[in-house]
Amino acid sequence: MFETLILMLDATLRVSTPLILAALAGLYAERSGIVDIGLEGKILGSAFAAAAGAAVYGSAWIGLCFGILASVGLAMIHGFACITHRGDHIVSGVAINTVVAGLTVTLGLDWFSMGGQTPALSGDARFTDITLPFADALASVPVIGQIYSNLLSGHNILVYLAFAMVPVTYWVIYKTRFGLRLRAVGENPQAVDTAGISVAFIRYRALIICGILCGIAGAYLSTAHNAGFLKDMSAGKGYMALAALIFGKWRPVPVLLACLLFGFLDAVAVRLQGVELPGIGEVPVQAIEVLPYVLTVLLLAGFIGKAVGPKAVGRPYVKERE
Amino acid sequence: MTNNATPYAIELRDISKRFGAVQANKDICLQVEAGTIHGIIGENGAGKSTLMSIIYGFYEADTGYIEVDSKRVDIRTSQDAIDSGIGMVHQHFMLVENFTVLENVVLGAEGGALLKQGMDAARVELQRLAQEYSLDIDVDAIVEELPVGLQQRVEILKALYRGARILILDEPTGVLTPQEADHLFRILKALKEQGVTVLLITHKLREILASTDNVSVMRQGEMVAHRETAKTDKEELAELMVGKKVRLQVSKEVAAPTETVLSAKNLCFVDGQGVERLKNVSLDLRAGEIVGIAGVSGNGQSELLNVLSGITPMTSGEIQFGDTLINAKAPKNAAQMRDLKMAHVPEDRHKMGLVTGFEAYEAAVLGYHNSDAYNGKVLMNRKVMVDECSRRMAGWDVRPPNPHLKTANFSGGNQQKIVIAREVEQNPDVLLIGQPTRGVDIGAIENIHEQIVKLCVAGKAILLVSVELDEIMALSDRIIVMFDGAIVGELDIKDADERTLGLMMANAYNEELSEQALQEGESA
Repeated sequence: MFETLILMLDATLRVSTPLILAALAGLYAERSGIVDIGLEGKILGSAFAAAAGAAVYGSAWIGLCFGILASVGLAMIHGFACITHRGDHIVSGVAINTVVAGLTVTLGLDWFSMGGQTPALSGDARFTDITLPFADALASVPVIGQIYSNLLSGHNILVYLAFAMVPVTYWVIYKTRFGLRLRAVGENPQAVDTAGISVAFIRYRALIICGILCGIAGAYLSTAHNAGFLKDMSAGKGYMALAALIFGKWRPVPVLLACLLFGFLDAVAVRLQGVELPGIGEVPVQAIEVLPYVLTVLLLAGFIGKAVGPKAVGRPYVKERE
Repeated sequence: MTNNATPYAIELRDISKRFGAVQANKDICLQVEAGTIHGIIGENGAGKSTLMSIIYGFYEADTGYIEVDSKRVDIRTSQDAIDSGIGMVHQHFMLVENFTVLENVVLGAEGGALLKQGMDAARVELQRLAQEYSLDIDVDAIVEELPVGLQQRVEILKALYRGARILILDEPTGVLTPQEADHLFRILKALKEQGVTVLLITHKLREILASTDNVSVMRQGEMVAHRETAKTDKEELAELMVGKKVRLQVSKEVAAPTETVLSAKNLCFVDGQGVERLKNVSLDLRAGEIVGIAGVSGNGQSELLNVLSGITPMTSGEIQFGDTLINAKAPKNAAQMRDLKMAHVPEDRHKMGLVTGFEAYEAAVLGYHNSDAYNGKVLMNRKVMVDECSRRMAGWDVRPPNPHLKTANFSGGNQQKIVIAREVEQNPDVLLIGQPTRGVDIGAIENIHEQIVKLCVAGKAILLVSVELDEIMALSDRIIVMFDGAIVGELDIKDADERTLGLMMANAYNEELSEQALQEGESA
């Protein structure tokens, strides 16, 4: 029983990683007042670019760089539409998602001729699991040793990075000048403007950070969690991240917890497949797979109550005349 | 008027600014002596705010330039203005509401990439400023939890913290009680004594006369006159603002109210957020009298209008209107209330009174568009509507008298006349009227006030809601004061004075009374 739990929590960490990265990416964007429904597209675009880069150059790190570049590029398109041209944030985000969904497969077909996939990655082209010091030695110690060596140890670097980004984000948002301005610009951009700070510049910087984090999330999917790019492999993670962001009320630590909860539900779903439940019998795979989504809806509807986001989110900033 | 030895804190030379077809500022010249309070007065839309936005770097002037301390400065952004020692207190505060006072003050002047050091320094500096100018404030309070008077103080502190030597205040008293406004003017005097130059933008003559050293008058985008405040008076300034002689007093007989037409008992309203907006409000409206509701805006006046007019259903309580009893179980919507002969001129004519994209004749039938008079068997009868609109425009002096002009293209005063005419001409028994002269020019104010008085004389019951205390006092027969959703006082017009009303508006009247009683008790 305890071992099963450890295994499920271990899976939770792996599944949560891209959610955490994407949700934090969304946190930067939305705190600055930009609605980012294009998280999904950025993850997918980065997953493709990272896998393609890793396949061609044989290095996961080069793949990661390509992934981040692709994602930041998409974020800048979003910024250009929403900040510079004051377009509708949702329309721009949906456009990015749609374009990326098609473009990745098309480019994949053209470059690799493998039905839209990228070549399977192995060796240095993938991020491999890291064994923390003394993990093997401590494996036999009950409970604490098991938690350390089976749960905490044995993940790839991006998993650790994702979790490290939570306190870093907290620090940036609440303890730095940039964070203060970021929060202010999402609440009342005019106050920021009259204080002599450029609203557009802050929002662009927020989107760059958003792009970088989504880039890491995408690279994780294709070069760490899996070994190559598959069509539509982001599978709604961007939307889940957005839900986690709202669930966590735009604050780093609650957002982390929301991501872990969603990840855990996912892990449970995988675990329950094909299992005979007493009194119910075997639950259909589809019913189990839908579980995290149904629970998300229920949680969002029932628990968060008033999730009041940044006041100016989604509204283009125009200097008003009189 | 001025002598050349006085250094000017700020000088404007031939500033012009155009927005599309509108010339907002035309060849504006202005000289402000250092260490004085300089008033700029003008009607809504005279271009005052545009001019100040130019000084503060929010807009760039098309032509002309600005000198600060006799040196030409190039102000392209707010940062440039701040660097030149100019600070601004905006009409709508530029505060991040869920930030603390301290965070708001340091925003944009953090003093380093990390917050801690700058925040600690700001805390010390704010204490110094608070002492020097008697601007006490809890720096760790969340701004949205502070009363507006204190929020404004945060804005002033923000400017001073950035080293402002020239402070611009744009319509600073619009949201304040008379006592808060007095306090503000005391602060401004203290600032002046410390050598700060103050530019006060307002449309209220009284404030100019009470607090400024010099005054400049703007009309239709131009600077039309400069005066030393001591050598001018209300009448002259009003005339300069409007460009013609105006009467500032409404002539009104003592009312002779007859029977009660509407009687509201214990009205309560809880909004969607669960906040109690109206608390046991009871009032009677009698035919032939004007009842004024005074209060700082946001103390339940809007909700009262909405509940009485049927726009929002009440949570509990009842309204007896003629023979009809209305309560939470038997609500009436706005259309049904209209049918019962209740007319409503809403507070915000743009959001609720008009569809600004409509032509005037269309706007003139809104709410009554189902009436038989305007409808044929299938289609609406356009000719009747247009003719009626023309007739009303003539009667109410709406300019230009063109029923086909888009409502948005009329000035505020003329839009308001269209709305009031629409409601009044239906011959209602009760007229609810909110902020009848908000954003309306002085000439039109006179006209609107006369019409309201005429209705009252004709035996209608009128409920007037206004944040302009002068207006309430000029028109009302009885004044009810609201605070935090409840009625906190009622005065007959002959017992009403500004001080008493102001204390009631701040809900401090009873405290003051008991304090007085205490003191009298002690002295006895």
